[in-house]
Amino acid sequence: MLARIRHALAPLVFLTMLSIVLQADAQQTNPNAPVSPDASAVNEQTLLQEESRILGRIDIPDKRAGVLIQPAGREWDHFHEVTLRWLGAIVILGMIALLALAYVVLGKIRISAGRSGRKVLRFSGFERFSHWLTAVSFVVLGLTGLNITFGKLLLLPIVGPETFSAFSQISKYAHNFVSFSFVAGLVLIVALWVGDNIPKQVDIDWLKQGGGFIKSKHAPAGRFNAGEKMVFWFALGAGAAVIVSGLLLLFPFYFANIAGMQIAQVVHAIVAVLFIAVILAHIYIGTVGMEGAFEAMGTGEVDLHWAEEHHDLWLAEALAKERSAKPSGQPTPAPAK
Amino acid sequence: MARMKFLCDADRCINCNACVTACKNENEVPWGINRRRVVTINDGKPGERSVSMACMHCTDAPCAAVCPVSCIFPTEEGVVLHSKDLCIGCGYCFYACPFGAPQYPRIGNFGSRGKMDKCTYCAGGGGNEETGSAEEYKKYGANRLAQGKLPLCAEMCSTKSLLAGDGDIIAEIYKERVLKRGYGSGAWGWMTAYHEKIPV
Repeated sequence: MLARIRHALAPLVFLTMLSIVLQADAQQTNPNAPVSPDASAVNEQTLLQEESRILGRIDIPDKRAGVLIQPAGREWDHFHEVTLRWLGAIVILGMIALLALAYVVLGKIRISAGRSGRKVLRFSGFERFSHWLTAVSFVVLGLTGLNITFGKLLLLPIVGPETFSAFSQISKYAHNFVSFSFVAGLVLIVALWVGDNIPKQVDIDWLKQGGGFIKSKHAPAGRFNAGEKMVFWFALGAGAAVIVSGLLLLFPFYFANIAGMQIAQVVHAIVAVLFIAVILAHIYIGTVGMEGAFEAMGTGEVDLHWAEEHHDLWLAEALAKERSAKPSGQPTPAPAK
Repeated sequence: MARMKFLCDADRCINCNACVTACKNENEVPWGINRRRVVTINDGKPGERSVSMACMHCTDAPCAAVCPVSCIFPTEEGVVLHSKDLCIGCGYCFYACPFGAPQYPRIGNFGSRGKMDKCTYCAGGGGNEETGSAEEYKKYGANRLAQGKLPLCAEMCSTKSLLAGDGDIIAEIYKERVLKRGYGSGAWGWMTAYHEKIPV
């Protein structure tokens, strides 16, 4: 009985629904209905909720101009003016404070056995050239880079706007062009030293024994100890990051849109600040932090006792090589004239 | 003093680009520099809107804040000007600008940028040049504001979509329009530029 009623009602229900749909349709196409010109109009707020930028079509060739509004510009400004400044100040000043503390507590790490007076070649002329090419480039890039973030706070009030602008203009070009010699230096360094920087078991032991920070004992190490290896791999990673992000910035909008450019700048700045801090530590240990260390990159020759204490495994290898190279004590033949 | 602003009534803009042309002509802007542009959103679709955009002369202008040589500053009337003598062409103001206003002449290979150029609200430049002088005109374009005139883009907008002038007055004009016609897609960019909406 119920089923039969349902069957009888079904077509009726269907017809009712159909009429409603048709009515609605007629209402929409009714030319006399009031027109709402902004019924489907795009709305700034809705667009910004959907995407971070409002994009449109533009008649001029400069397609970047198709970005109508990008509120992220203000966020990037905040990063550059507030976040980056604090980060940079804390990381760099923090590292300087840490190194000063290390100097006060540890003092200069002396050669325990004193100087032997015998020299061993640690870095060849070409290795030193590669190192100093990278180092000088890094210092120029670091200072000119810091000028972009901190210059107007620290330098501008002292030298005045005209001088500061002239200096910053030169800085900008120096930063742009010296970047290439930094890339060349880094490539050379990596090619020359990657083999000696592969982590080994001895590095873990070196770390376990407290590295170079415990004065009383010297952990065994190869040509590079674990600390140096960490600096090497950090320099490679951070170097790659600043090079890639730097190239994006050097060729603006060639490979990235506005969001990409902002991200490239953020990556470039953060990595560079960390890089500067790590290199400050590297400079410290290579100069005032340790007796006999600078010579390795200065003249290329280190004292035998220094090598014994800091790179015993390498020294043994180097001496063995030296002995096998000239078994009968023959001098190397002079080049033909 | 009046706080100068721009307002583009997108429901009136017909994408005729007269504002772009007027700006280029009045300021004799070099090739490749577009101080003003018209962007069409949802082009060809129902509800498309065109918006004429240039420097909005923001409140707390991010370009001025980010400039590494502090060469960008707001005037007493809220017009954001800059000094081309101090600008180093680093491009940071373009990354910070929510409206893509800063422009750079290409002066060399790759991405090397010259001194930044942007809408000056037809108020001359922020350098040391004398107001209304030929030097000022050459570097920055017209100084109509000093002559008591408003920016030419807005002055010659055929549909009076683009409004320039005292922010309170142009907001009031827009409000009246919206109330009268019963709709309005809002003052584009005002929230981002001035941290305010026009309550209708």
